[in-house]
Amino acid sequence: MSLSDTLADIRRRNDWPLLAQAVPFARMLGLRVDVKGESFTCVLPYDHSLIGNPVLPALHGGAVGGFLECAGILHMLWSTDAQSIPKTINFSIDYLLSGRAQDTYANVYVVKLGKRVSNLRIEAWQTTPDKPVVVATMNLLMR
Amino acid sequence: MTLPHDTTAWAHFLKIAPYTARLGIEAVTADDGGCVLALPYRPEFVGDPDSGVLHGGAVTALIDTTFGFAVYFRIQEYRPMATLDLRIDYLRPAKPGVKVHTRAQCYKLTPELAFVRGCSYEDDAEDPFASCVGVFMFTAAQPAPAKAATVP
Repeated sequence: MSLSDTLADIRRRNDWPLLAQAVPFARMLGLRVDVKGESFTCVLPYDHSLIGNPVLPALHGGAVGGFLECAGILHMLWSTDAQSIPKTINFSIDYLLSGRAQDTYANVYVVKLGKRVSNLRIEAWQTTPDKPVVVATMNLLMR
Repeated sequence: MTLPHDTTAWAHFLKIAPYTARLGIEAVTADDGGCVLALPYRPEFVGDPDSGVLHGGAVTALIDTTFGFAVYFRIQEYRPMATLDLRIDYLRPAKPGVKVHTRAQCYKLTPELAFVRGCSYEDDAEDPFASCVGVFMFTAAQPAPAKAATVP
């Protein structure tokens, strides 16, 4: 089944948890999509294989960064009628705190929804949403 | 602890970190100009199931890891540090089905910070699919020089 067929199926059934299964990298991370009404959250369930520094221990920066990029793309597949994966033009990550060995959540804010380019801000948090551990900005080329 | 240019000595560090071990990130080369690490192509790293192109998130892990090694090569020792920021420009999609590489160089050091730049490519570093810059922060201070004895 092509991605556009999968997306049509998810949208028709309103089965957003299935969205995380549609992208192989999201599936590998074990990422979960949680849609409640108009709110969209991605969850990266803690797994030992996500650790970068076993001494602290802390999540690998690349794991949290990759999770946020995934969350941004999945948000666009949820909030628009995109038929294909939007292309990332660039992705900028600020690491504010080290990611602890626990579940991580991502909230996505669409700063600008454009016909050609959309700009997203994505915030990862672990204890409360107002204390982000990693924040990211991405520009996406809409097709 | 010093990090020799012999890449076989790096494999240890890549195995200690569960995430780099899981992704299969491997050391390729190192010289005075920087270092190169590689990420194998695996179906589970795909971001676009229609084209088979790698997800940027898989490349982010390779870039973050390579950048960290570039700092260690520059200072020739292991010092605890954390990624402060990372910015990646995707110049074009990575070619599906092949291993990708990242070359990185630490081009500026201060007592607290290390500035790194690099690019990601399939086979030819002159034809990158991503260009990236990052800043790392040392999380433990350098040992302070011994204080001169003071007269009581």
